[in-house]
Amino acid sequence: MAKDLRKYGGRRRTSTFVLGLCWLASGIGIAVLFIILLTLVYRGVGSLSTLVLTQDVPPPGATGGGLRNAIVGSLILTFLGTAIGTPIGILAGTYMAEYGRHARMTHVVRFINDILLSAPSIVMGLFVYGIMVRPMGHFSAYAGAASLAVLVIPIVVRTTENMLLLVPDQLREAASAIGMPRSLVIRHVAYKAAMAGMITGVLLAVARISGETAPLLFTALNNQFFSTDLNAPMSSLPAVIFQFALSPYERWQDLAWTGALLITAAVLTLSILARWLGSSGVKS
Amino acid sequence: MSYVPETDRRRVETLVDMTIHDATGIAARSRARVLKRLGRGDAVFRAITKASAIGVLIVLGAIFVSLIMGSALAFQTFGFDFFVTESWNPVTENFGARAPIVGTLVTSFIAMLIAVPIGLGIAIFLTELCPPILRRPIGIAIELLAGVPSIIYGIWGLFVFAPFMQEYVQPALIGAFGNVPVLSSLFAGPPYGIGVLTASLILAIMVLPFISAISRDVFETVPVLLKESAFGIGCTTWEVIRSVVIPYTSVGLLGGVMLGLGRALGETMAVTFVIGNAHRLSTSLLAPGTTISATIANEFTEATGDLYTSSLIALGLILFIITFIVLALARLLLMRLEKSAGS
Repeated sequence: MAKDLRKYGGRRRTSTFVLGLCWLASGIGIAVLFIILLTLVYRGVGSLSTLVLTQDVPPPGATGGGLRNAIVGSLILTFLGTAIGTPIGILAGTYMAEYGRHARMTHVVRFINDILLSAPSIVMGLFVYGIMVRPMGHFSAYAGAASLAVLVIPIVVRTTENMLLLVPDQLREAASAIGMPRSLVIRHVAYKAAMAGMITGVLLAVARISGETAPLLFTALNNQFFSTDLNAPMSSLPAVIFQFALSPYERWQDLAWTGALLITAAVLTLSILARWLGSSGVKS
Repeated sequence: MSYVPETDRRRVETLVDMTIHDATGIAARSRARVLKRLGRGDAVFRAITKASAIGVLIVLGAIFVSLIMGSALAFQTFGFDFFVTESWNPVTENFGARAPIVGTLVTSFIAMLIAVPIGLGIAIFLTELCPPILRRPIGIAIELLAGVPSIIYGIWGLFVFAPFMQEYVQPALIGAFGNVPVLSSLFAGPPYGIGVLTASLILAIMVLPFISAISRDVFETVPVLLKESAFGIGCTTWEVIRSVVIPYTSVGLLGGVMLGLGRALGETMAVTFVIGNAHRLSTSLLAPGTTISATIANEFTEATGDLYTSSLIALGLILFIITFIVLALARLLLMRLEKSAGS
């Protein structure tokens, strides 16, 4: 009896020890992640002013200047990428959840889509370089938007399919029973029921691409000047951060931190919005 | 009722008959037309959605074809030697992928070695230990951090973490292991701050939220009944985790870890800032190195000459194939999990 109790004490101690390690791991992990965010705010807020929004990036070694061209470029590229990728993603997701729910092809597409979802984004950049930049002979915002669209598609496909599968089949059957053709059932019943979830997917995709750097490096390249010409290289926040952070100029480094703060704030806002919308959609 | 002549009455009746008949005829015809139009719209919509789904497959195929075509020149020139040559010389145009391939595998391996235990620790903390009030906020915070762009981790690594490593961690490592036979070669050389070890650690920090979030989701699939039975026969919390939770979720955990590995292998910006971009294989983890994605990001726009560009695209193809295999395995494992959970 006493021996058993001693043994049990040992097991208890082991358990406490390992669980202590779990506490420690969580403490370290969460602390590091918050230190990163705090550093970001601390270093980024310094140069944050309205000038950042109204002035273009300064030349090397100069003081002053802002990030206007990079911010505008990022907005344009993100918007175009989303605008190209979203319809394709929604339509493909629609096929998988509605017309081809049990088709063999749907399983294959789902599998491939899941792989594309986590595939290295730099490879997408190389791909678009091969099919757009090289044939066109120059870097352009079009190519940048295309590489972002390739990243948007898998995210939207996934969420659209999942959300449409959540719509109860009774709704579809009721609509079909009053004589609605399938396409109208999908567009007016299924889409409406799954709307919040589908918008969540698009928001997540926007959040993902607004911070993407690697695919833009050799598609949209970068631009020191303000430009809205889609057929020319275009500046973007991530590309500017990459260039400025590795430079020896202090002002450039400060602006890189400010850009990083702006991107993080945008991404976190979008993600929170998406979560909020997603959870409110489930409730209703 | 007033008198209506027989002939007129018949005439009116015929007229009414004809009108009714015609009306149903027109209605039937127009309904047929509408149905036909709707049917056509249906077929068109169906075709468009199907084409989009096929489009996803085409994108994957096009990526492969484009990369293979782009890298053809490099493989023709160097053949199999491309994989084993360490030299990467833009001047003599002699390129080999050994250093970036090894760098990619080593950094990802070390990153997983660190991130997996800590990530599992966080997942266990969230599912078993955390006070219920904090569970949701911490869980959401970790999920949000998983979405922070990797360039943020990169810039933090360059300005904050690398100096910290140079000042404190690396000298301590050199001091501690400098005289230990095998380990001394792992921690040799001057503390640059940047290098393979720093890149691996940044990578670990970056995949940490991802692995924590996915492991937590997997842990939550364990039926409460199973855990309670184990507690009921006197298991301690750790014994429940080790003998019930982890065996029950092993397939899903492995899938999640592989997904994390897939991310780490292809990660570009977090690594590029802090790895040092040196095409030299060194036994020391403190020395600068390179990875496939860092090489491409650093050199692609400056690559002059077709062979140089082609060699970089060849690196991209190798990276894509490696990650494709890892991610495919991860998905197969997770699919097996879904199937067993569904039955």
